[in-house]
Amino acid sequence: MATTDTVTFKSEVRDFIEANCPEALRKPVKKFEDYFWGGKKSAGGTDEQIKWFNAMKERGWTVPHWPKEYGGGGLSAEENKIFLNEMAKAGARKPLFSFGISMLGPALLKFGNEAQKKEHLTKIANGEIWWCQGYSEPGAGSDLAALQTRAEDKGDHYLVNGQKVWTSYADKADWIFCLVRTDPNAPKHSGISFLLIDMESEGVSTRPIKLISGKSPFCETFFDNVKVPKENLVGQENMGWSIATFLLTHERSMIGGIGDTDVKQALHDFALGQMGSDDNGKLADPLLRKEIAEIELDARTLDMTIQRSLEEAKSGKPIGARSSFFKYAYTEINKRRYEAMVAAAGVNGLGWEGEKYNDGAVAKQFCRTKGNSIEGGTSEVQLNIIAKRILHLRGKKQENGIRT
Amino acid sequence: MAYVLNEEQSMLKDSAKEFLKNNAPVAQLRQLRDDNDSKGYNESTWQQMVEMGWTALTIPEEYEGMNFGYLGLGQILEESGRTLTSSPLLSSVAMATAAINIAGSDAQKKDYLKRLSHGEITATLAIDETARHNPNVIKSSLQSQNGSFLLNGTKVFVPDANISDFIIVSCIDASGNDSMVILDSKSDGITITREHLMDYRNYGTVELNNVKVSSDQILANANKHTIERTLDVARVAVAAELYGSSVEAFERSVAYLKERKQFGVELATFQGLQHRCAIMFCELELAQSAVLNALNAIDRGDEDIRLAASTAKAKVCKVAQLVSNEGVQLFGGIGMTDDEEIGFFLKRARVGMAMLGDYNFHLDRFAVLNGY
Ligand SMILES: Cc1cc2nc3c(=O)[nH]c(=O)nc-3n(C[C@H](O)[C@H](O)[C@H](O)COP(=O)(O)OP(=O)(O)OC[C@H]3O[C@@H](n4cnc5c(N)ncnc54)[C@H](O)[C@@H]3O)c2cc1C
Repeated sequence: MATTDTVTFKSEVRDFIEANCPEALRKPVKKFEDYFWGGKKSAGGTDEQIKWFNAMKERGWTVPHWPKEYGGGGLSAEENKIFLNEMAKAGARKPLFSFGISMLGPALLKFGNEAQKKEHLTKIANGEIWWCQGYSEPGAGSDLAALQTRAEDKGDHYLVNGQKVWTSYADKADWIFCLVRTDPNAPKHSGISFLLIDMESEGVSTRPIKLISGKSPFCETFFDNVKVPKENLVGQENMGWSIATFLLTHERSMIGGIGDTDVKQALHDFALGQMGSDDNGKLADPLLRKEIAEIELDARTLDMTIQRSLEEAKSGKPIGARSSFFKYAYTEINKRRYEAMVAAAGVNGLGWEGEKYNDGAVAKQFCRTKGNSIEGGTSEVQLNIIAKRILHLRGKKQENGIRT
Repeated sequence: MAYVLNEEQSMLKDSAKEFLKNNAPVAQLRQLRDDNDSKGYNESTWQQMVEMGWTALTIPEEYEGMNFGYLGLGQILEESGRTLTSSPLLSSVAMATAAINIAGSDAQKKDYLKRLSHGEITATLAIDETARHNPNVIKSSLQSQNGSFLLNGTKVFVPDANISDFIIVSCIDASGNDSMVILDSKSDGITITREHLMDYRNYGTVELNNVKVSSDQILANANKHTIERTLDVARVAVAAELYGSSVEAFERSVAYLKERKQFGVELATFQGLQHRCAIMFCELELAQSAVLNALNAIDRGDEDIRLAASTAKAKVCKVAQLVSNEGVQLFGGIGMTDDEEIGFFLKRARVGMAMLGDYNFHLDRFAVLNGY
C-alpha cells in the first residue's frame, strides 16, 4: 500500500528526526519529568529538550495530527501512523508533554467553538500553556457525576465555589479544565458543565499532597468565589457530561499506551543486569524468569492490540468503550512489571535515597505505578464499563452507576 | 493493514461461519461420539469443505491451489473451533500441507499438493514420540538398505492418523540429520492404533516397523530449520482454532448469565461475575491480536516466525484454560452435565492446549528467543 507520497513522507520524517533529535533524548524515559513540559511555570527544560521542542514546533509536530490552523502538523491518519512509527524506530522522545495535548485538545477539537480552538489549541501546541484536570472531588471519585463544585450564572460570568482533589500538577498548571455543577436540581448527570478556568484568577488556590512515592505532583484545588467569563464554557450549559466522558475515553487511551512511542528498557534486560544468567543463558532465578516471561508476553500482545485498534480505527471502527480495556490492561501489566523489577533487584530495588540506589528510582516508581490502576478511573470501574458497555451484562432494572 | 481483514477474507469468514453453524455444529461431534463412528468425522461435511475450496487455500497457484494465505485459513479454523468440528482441516490442510509447502521439492509439490488441493487425498503430520511435546529429540530413524531406506520408530498423538491417506513423519536420516518422509499410510510395516482422547476427535499412535522408504519420499528440503518452521505454522493453526473455541465458550457463558435468574434477578447483575467476564474479554482481545499477528507473519513470509508462533500459542493456551474453566463454573450444575455443550469446550481446550507444545513449552521458548 506504500504510495510514492507515503514513502517520501516516511523518509522526510526519518531525516528530520535524524537531523534534529539530540542523542540524549533517544534514551528510555523513566518519568514524566524526563519530558519537556512547556507552560509558564515549568522549570524551563534542558538545552537539548528546548532545541528538539523548537524544531518540532516549527513543523507543527508537537501535535502532528491536529489541523494546521491550530498549530498542528495537519497530518492524515496514515501520515500520523508513519510519523509515530518513525519516532518509535528512532527511539525519539515526544518533544512536549502535557494534558492539553492528550486530554483537553481532543475535547476542544470536537466540542469547542472557533474562538476557543484558536485561543487554546494554539497555545497548547506551542507549549505556552500547561493544563490540569479538575474532575475528582472529595465526594466524587468513581462516582464522578456526584461532583458538587458550583458554578452560578451571574449574567456575564459564572461564580465558582468548591473543591477539587487529586488534581495532578495543579501547582504547575496555568489553566484547569473543570467539571462544575450548573444545575443542582437536575438529575446528577444532567446538571454538569465543562468550564475552562485560568489558575491565576482570584480565588483559586492549590495545596500539594504528598504521594507514597515521596513526590507531590497532585494537589487539592480550591475555588473561592472565582469569576469565570461566560466565553469559557465549552459546549452547552448543563451538557458537560458528554464532553467529560469523551475526554475520559482519550485519557484512558493515553494511559492505555495508545500513541505511546517511547522506548522503555526491556524488563528482562533489567533483570539480567541485576541477577545475571545461568549456564544456558537463562535468567538466574527460574521462577522469576517465568513471571517475567508472562509479563512480557502480555505486554507484547497488548502492543499488537494497540496496533490492531489503530488499524481498526482507520477502517471505521472507533475505539469507544474499548479504551477501558486498554486502560485496564496497560496499567495492570505495568504494575506487574514493577513488582518483577523490585523482586529482581533485591535490596537495590528497595533503596529510597542515595546515589547507590539512583535516588530510589525503582522503589519510587514502583510506588507510583500503584496509582496507575486508580487514576483516570480505577481498574474496577474499567471492568464495570467493559461488562456493561461492551458485554451488556446488566440487569433490566439496574441503575447505571458507573463512571462515564 | 495487517490486523484488519480485507473484504475477501471477511466474506470467507462469514461464509465459513454460516456453513459450519448449519452443517457441523457441536451436535455433529456429539453424534459421532454417540455412534462410536469409526471414521470420527463426517465425510459429506468434509466433501463440502473441499468443494468450497478450503483445501486449496494455502497452496500456490502453480500447484493448482488458490494461494489465499494463512490469514484466510486462520479464519476458517477459528470458525471450526467455534463449532468444535471434527475434520481433516487441522491435520491435512494446515499441518501436512505446510510441511510439503515448506520442505517439498517441485516434483513432490506437483505430486502431493495438487491432490491435496483438490481434496483427492488427505495427509497428517507425525511429530511427537513422547507424552509431552519435545520435538528436539527424534528417535525415529532411517537406515540405508540397497539404495532405499528402512524407517523405524513410534509416533504418538498424531491427529487424524487413522483417517489420513498419507503420513509425514519427522525422523533422523541415515547421516544423522533431521528429516521428514512422506508415507502412504497403507504401506507395509505401519500399524496405526486409534486413540480416544478427551475431545472425541481422531488421534493415533503410529508404529513404524521396517517401513520401506524410497528417496523420493524424503522431503527434499527437510532439515532442522524447515521442520521447525513447519511446526510453527502448525502451532499457529492450532492456536487459531483454539482461539475460536475459546471465544465461543466465552460468548456462551456471557449469554447464559443474561438468561439465568437467581435471587430474583439475572445472574448478569452480579458484579463479581461481571468482572470475571470483563477480564476474560480483555484476555481474549490480547489472544486475538497474537493469532492475527502470527498468521500475518506467515503470509508475509517472515524469515523467522518462531517468536510470533510461540507468542500466539502461549497466549491462546492460557486464555483457553481460563475461559473453559470459567465456562463450566458460570453454568453451575448444568455445566457439569454431558447434555450441556460447555463441557465439550473444556475437553477440546485441554487437547488443543497440549498439541505441539503447551503454555510452559512456549513461554520458555518465548523467553529463550528473547535472550533470557
Ligand atoms: C496518581 C493519581 C493522579 C490523579 N490525577 C487526577 C487529576 O489530575 N484530576 C482528577 O480530576 N483526578 C485525578 N485523580 C483522581 C482519580 O480519578 C480518582 O482517584 C479515581 O477516579 C478514584 O476515585 P476515588 O479516589 O474517590 O476512589 P473511590 O471511588 O472511593 O474508590 C475506592 C475503591 O472502591 C472501588 N469502587 C468504587 N466504586 C466502585 C464500583 N461501582 N464498583 C466496584 N468498585 C468500586 C474503586 O475501584 C476503588 O478500588 C488522580 C488519581 C491518582 C491516584
